[in-house]
Amino acid sequence: MNPKRCAACKYLRRRCPKDCIFAPYFPPNDPAKFACIHRIYGAGNVSKMLQQLPDQTRAEAVESLCFEAKCRVDDPVYGCVGIIHLLQTQIQNAQNELAKTQAEVAVAQTKLSQTQNSDF
Amino acid sequence: MRGHEPRSSSSCAACKLLKRRCTPTCIFAPYFRSSDLITFAKVHKVFGASNVSKLLGEVPEEQRQETVNSLAYEAEVRLKDPVYGCIGAIASLQKKMLELQHDLAVARTRLLAHSGVSNHVSPLDNSPELAAFLDLVPYSDLMLLDGSTSLDAYLYDLGQPPFV
Repeated sequence: MNPKRCAACKYLRRRCPKDCIFAPYFPPNDPAKFACIHRIYGAGNVSKMLQQLPDQTRAEAVESLCFEAKCRVDDPVYGCVGIIHLLQTQIQNAQNELAKTQAEVAVAQTKLSQTQNSDF
Repeated sequence: MRGHEPRSSSSCAACKLLKRRCTPTCIFAPYFRSSDLITFAKVHKVFGASNVSKLLGEVPEEQRQETVNSLAYEAEVRLKDPVYGCIGAIASLQKKMLELQHDLAVARTRLLAHSGVSNHVSPLDNSPELAAFLDLVPYSDLMLLDGSTSLDAYLYDLGQPPFV
């Protein structure tokens, strides 16, 4: 066996070819990364997804898949969609707070103008 | 013996797509109705039917519909954006949140400024000039001026910067 197999081929217990699609993104010193992504998506699906992407975008795709896989492992029900819901709720709260504060600013400005006018 | 399992009256979307017999105990049947082939097709393309089956088996039955809904959403987004998937959506939302935080800090500081001068009118406290100054100050500094809570109260710490 090639001692320099990538983490994917080590996990899958197979020979790591020179043109292995996983090798650039799953170094042998990080076995957990591939294990996580394989658990959620499966090696075959990841391979197909990467094959459909241009070379220069594959590293980003792997990182985003790894992040989503980790989210799914941590939260099997909602995965990273839970984060999206949380952010949407926070944004809604912030928008409400902003609207309220801007209304208060408008009222304060009006009062200030009235005070300035009455002084003259 | 072949055919000893009771045949379901209609196959669920998963069994239709996988071209197999849909049994009454099929784990997919309650969540992938036969009329919703497209949703299962997307989920299968991204996650694979056997992985989905394992995931559903790991969650309590009452949470399986929510699990399917979130898997369907993730699959949909991943197929639309094969590079970033949901991470792209998260990054956009985080950016929006930062913009709102900035606007909120500006508004709060303006409110404080107006409240502070409501009884003491001074030509120097002209609103347009103050507003122009506030627009030049970075939002992180503005948060400190009014003593409000830090950005962390609103931002979800993903532990790493957004991908986009």
